[in-house]
Amino acid sequence: MSNSKTALQVAALRNGTAIDHIPSEQLFKVVSLLEIEKLTTCVTIGYNLSSEKMGKKGILKIADKFFEEDEINRISLIAPTVNLNIIKDYEIIEKKQIQLPDVLKGIVKCNNPRCITNHEPMKTVFKVIDKQNVTLKCQYCDLKIKKEDIVLL
Amino acid sequence: MKKKSFVSIADLSKETIIRLMKKTEFFEENPNQKLLDGKICATLFFEPSTRTRLSFETAVNRLGGKVIGFSDVATTSSSKGETLKDTIKMVSNYADLIIMRHYLDGAACYASEVTDVPIINAGDGANQHPSQTVLDIYSIYKTQGRLENLTITMVGDLKYGRTVHSLIEGMSHFNPRFYFIAPEELKLPDIYKQWLEEHKIPFEECIEFSEEIINQSDILYMTRVQRERFTDLIEYEKVKNVYILKNSMLEKSKPNLRILHPLPRVNEIDNDVDDNPKAYYFDQARNGVYARQAIICDVLGIN
Repeated sequence: MSNSKTALQVAALRNGTAIDHIPSEQLFKVVSLLEIEKLTTCVTIGYNLSSEKMGKKGILKIADKFFEEDEINRISLIAPTVNLNIIKDYEIIEKKQIQLPDVLKGIVKCNNPRCITNHEPMKTVFKVIDKQNVTLKCQYCDLKIKKEDIVLL
Repeated sequence: MKKKSFVSIADLSKETIIRLMKKTEFFEENPNQKLLDGKICATLFFEPSTRTRLSFETAVNRLGGKVIGFSDVATTSSSKGETLKDTIKMVSNYADLIIMRHYLDGAACYASEVTDVPIINAGDGANQHPSQTVLDIYSIYKTQGRLENLTITMVGDLKYGRTVHSLIEGMSHFNPRFYFIAPEELKLPDIYKQWLEEHKIPFEECIEFSEEIINQSDILYMTRVQRERFTDLIEYEKVKNVYILKNSMLEKSKPNLRILHPLPRVNEIDNDVDDNPKAYYFDQARNGVYARQAIICDVLGIN
C-alpha cells in the first residue's frame, strides 16, 4: 500500500471493490445501478470528496464484493471514466477499465412514446451500435438514440 | 424444430427472400393446398385493418387451416387492462400460429419473446409491415422476372411511409438504384440515407416528379401524401397535386416499367392510368394472399 498520503479521505478496504473518481453528480445513480442497497456487506460511500483531477468526486468502497463484467458495465453510460480497483488484503490486485457493453438491459428509456417498452411492464433492451460515439438502438422499435438524447430509467 | 417468427424485414436474409419468392410463386400457381390441416391460426388485431386481416385469413383458409381471433380490441381483455404479454400467453395455449397487428411499435418483437408459438407481424405501429414488403418484392420479381439491378423510383410520402422504408431494406440485397421523389416536408429521413450510403447503394433525391426519371425506371412505387402528416396545411395544398401520376407521363417509359402502390390510393394515381398495362397495383394486392401463404408455411417449417 502506498504510504505517500498522510490521511485517506475514506477508510481503507481490506477485501472488495473500490470505485474511485465517480463524478459527484452521478454517485447516487451509480449506487442505484449497482444495487448497492441490496448488499449486506460493509459499504463506504464518499460524496463530494476533493479531487485534484475532478474538483469534486465520489468514491465507493464495497467490502467482499467482486462485480461481474455485465454488472459493472451498467454504469459505463453515466460514469465511463471511473477507476475500478479490486482489493485483496489491502492491496490492489487488479485495475479494471469499464466498457460499454454490447447490450443495455433495463437502463435506458426509449424516447419513442409509441414504443411497446413504454406501455408494457417490461425491460428496455438497447443494442450499442456505435461504442465510440455512444449510439443505441431499441431492440423493439428500432429507434436510434444518440448520446446526448439518452434518458436513464 | 427451431421456432421461427416473422417480425421484421431486417431479419430476412437474401436467401430467405428468394425462398419466399419461390414459395409465393408456387402458391400463385396452386393456391388451394391443405398444408395447414388441423392447425389453428390466431389473428389478433389490436388495431383494425380489414384489408390485411382478410388477406391473412384468406391465406389460412386456402391452406386448409382454421382461424380464431379478434378484429376489434374493444371486445378483448386488453380493454380491461390486460398486458400484451398475458394476451399472447393465453392465446398461445390455443393456437399453432399467431398473426398480430398492434398499434404500438415493437409489439410483435416483444410478443415473439414471450411465447414459443411463431408470431407473424401484420403491422406494429409505424414500425414494420413485413408481409406487405414480401408482396411488394414479389410484385417486382413477377413483373420484372428478376430482382437484381433494377431502378426503383419511390414517390410521395417517403418520411412516414413504412412500406417505403421496408422495401428499401428488402431490395438492398439485390443491387438496386433508387430515385426518391418527395416534397421537402416528406423527404426520406437521414437515417435511411446514411444506411444506403453505408451499404453503397446508389440513390438520388428529387423534389420534382419528372418524366425524365420515370423514363429511366423499372418500378414506380407510388404512395399517398397524407394530409394529417403536414403541420402546415398551406404546404399540403401546395404539394398535394404535384405528385400525381397521369397516363400522359408514361408515354416514353420503359416497356417493362410497372406501377406499384400499397393501396389505398386517393388521387396520387390518376384514374386514366388504371387501364394502362403498366398499372400493376390491383394485381399487387392479389399477390398479398400468395405471399402470406408463403410466409405462414415458412414460419411453420412446412415445405
